[in-house]
Amino acid sequence: MTASLKVLGFRLAPQLIALLVVLLLNFSFFPQFLDVIVQNGRLYGSIIDVLNRGAPVALLAIGMTLVIATKGIDLSVGAVIAICGAIAASSIVEGNSLAYTLALTLVIGLLCGVWNGFLVTVLNIQPIIATLVLMVAGRGIAQLVTEGAIMTFNDDGLIFLGSGSFAFLPMPVVIWLIVGLLVILLVRRTALGMLIEAVGINRRASTLSGVQTPVLLMAVYMLSGLCASIAGLIVAADIKGADANNAGLWLELDAILAVVVGGNSLLGGRFSIVGSLIGAMIIQAVNTGILLSGFPPEFNLIIKAVIIIVILVIQSPAMQSLTSFLTRRTDAGARK
Amino acid sequence: MNSKYLPLLATIVIFVLAYAVCTLQYPNILSTRVIGNLLTDNAFLGIAAVGMTFVIISGGIDLSIGSVIAFTGVFLAVVLQNTSIHPLAAFAIVLIITTAFGAVMGMIIHFLQMPPFIVTLAGMFLARGMAYVLSIDSIPINHEYYSTLTSLYYRLPGGGRLTLIGGIMLIVFAAGIFIAHRTRFGTNVYALGGGVQTAQLMGVPVARTTIQIYALSGFLAGLSGIVFSLYTSAGYSLAAVGVELDAIAAVVIGGTLLTGGAGFVAGTFIGLLIQGLIQTYITFDGTLSSWWTKILIGLLLFAFMVMQKAILFLSRLNRRYG
Repeated sequence: MTASLKVLGFRLAPQLIALLVVLLLNFSFFPQFLDVIVQNGRLYGSIIDVLNRGAPVALLAIGMTLVIATKGIDLSVGAVIAICGAIAASSIVEGNSLAYTLALTLVIGLLCGVWNGFLVTVLNIQPIIATLVLMVAGRGIAQLVTEGAIMTFNDDGLIFLGSGSFAFLPMPVVIWLIVGLLVILLVRRTALGMLIEAVGINRRASTLSGVQTPVLLMAVYMLSGLCASIAGLIVAADIKGADANNAGLWLELDAILAVVVGGNSLLGGRFSIVGSLIGAMIIQAVNTGILLSGFPPEFNLIIKAVIIIVILVIQSPAMQSLTSFLTRRTDAGARK
Repeated sequence: MNSKYLPLLATIVIFVLAYAVCTLQYPNILSTRVIGNLLTDNAFLGIAAVGMTFVIISGGIDLSIGSVIAFTGVFLAVVLQNTSIHPLAAFAIVLIITTAFGAVMGMIIHFLQMPPFIVTLAGMFLARGMAYVLSIDSIPINHEYYSTLTSLYYRLPGGGRLTLIGGIMLIVFAAGIFIAHRTRFGTNVYALGGGVQTAQLMGVPVARTTIQIYALSGFLAGLSGIVFSLYTSAGYSLAAVGVELDAIAAVVIGGTLLTGGAGFVAGTFIGLLIQGLIQTYITFDGTLSSWWTKILIGLLLFAFMVMQKAILFLSRLNRRYG
């Protein structure tokens, strides 16, 4: 166990260092950044805020990591957030019980995943385009559910998901930690994770060697839809309403960014959910830092773009062959 | 009948049928006034979609065009407000910037061997961010040259107006069709879409073509931004969000294969008109909400993808047994 932790730590070293650097930068500008106080049985502080505000992206990143590991991509998660938020709000407004509402929302999320999975596995359409359909149409569907208005609700149970707390932590943090842990256990304590990686590296070869590729792909898109529906519940509960236009807008891009920042290759194959979660936190720490620093939030996008470009350059096959070329030379030099 | 024309043919049939249905219900839709407006309202989207067609035929994708349009608009507004540069000079500057922007993305895609999707995603963030940094407010453009340009139009029989920007779009489409089918660059684009390795072995200059494709897309996105700023007479950094999706939808509905290698610029024009027609119909109807546009476009996208798959499947069967 300690050995595997060590390997994990080594693999995630760049992400951990990046997170530390961002946190230290924030800390050096605002010494109160790391302060945490307990109030009304809940922790408060900027660092808790980073964990809390990063919850939707963290949840999306969990599903997105597995989708990307199969060499796919899910562009529809932002729209699924809007749909699920709208469904949850309208169901609770109609007077349905909380349990029914939650179950209904999660099922709708799963169905969105089934739709994407159907397009990708059965019709064999490239994932970018297959999920584009729901991305374009999804917000329209959400508008249809809320009838164009921002639908507000006052159900304490549902609101608790967004602003309640459990064991001193805000509820969204608890949720993404639990979901993350469950999925990690599911894929790493069984062979699922390895099979997903196999599909991502070579779909045809893994099918030929007996992997149930269609089932796996379908499951991965369903999980992504499920994660998006949980994120949709949190987003809706947070503002006590469903905003079909703006809920989850561009979050799919943040989620993809989190996965890439987490050291996962967009070309599929090896993946690390922990890395993606750290990536989500890095992004949120940058966002919070920009807000706190009084820097105009306009710079937010530019900074994100620069981060992507730097990571792209480091990850690119061209660069990797260059570094492996250089390290091989030094290895050879050392052996002499 | 060559199966490569089937998607284009299907698109045209659907467009004619849809137009006929709309005309039966609202005879005025056939008037040149409505058609003139259809061209004017979709001019910026059409110009950007031509660039997107080339990118998709080559097997890539360009997510940055919406942001580039917004950047162009804000840049023009800021320059015209704060300096005495003539709009034409400002147009030239902004076109150079956006073309270079596209070329750099093409270089990153080719030399770093990264997927176009993520590179242009970074470009999308960057262009939108630059627009924000220039200004977060909506800046009106009150240059007299702008009013001259926007008041130019050609009077169609029946009272419709073919405005300058609608005309620019038609010219861009004509030029796009010419480039795609009558120049070496166009042939290279098709070859790249058919398979990079094959193209390379055939002697297609892959690096140069890739960079040219994204530079062309950047140039057309810039031109689209100019048209958009003429259309709205303002620059706003939040404008044109999601235009890349509409452009991709127009290209796909127009019958271009998303896997690259096959497609027509003319098809994109029909795809654009279908989208415009849906919007016009919803405006005419007045009771349907505008979000039906999105749902219908999503459904059309889906229908065309399924059709493309079916055609590919059938042509493979033909090859096997024919």
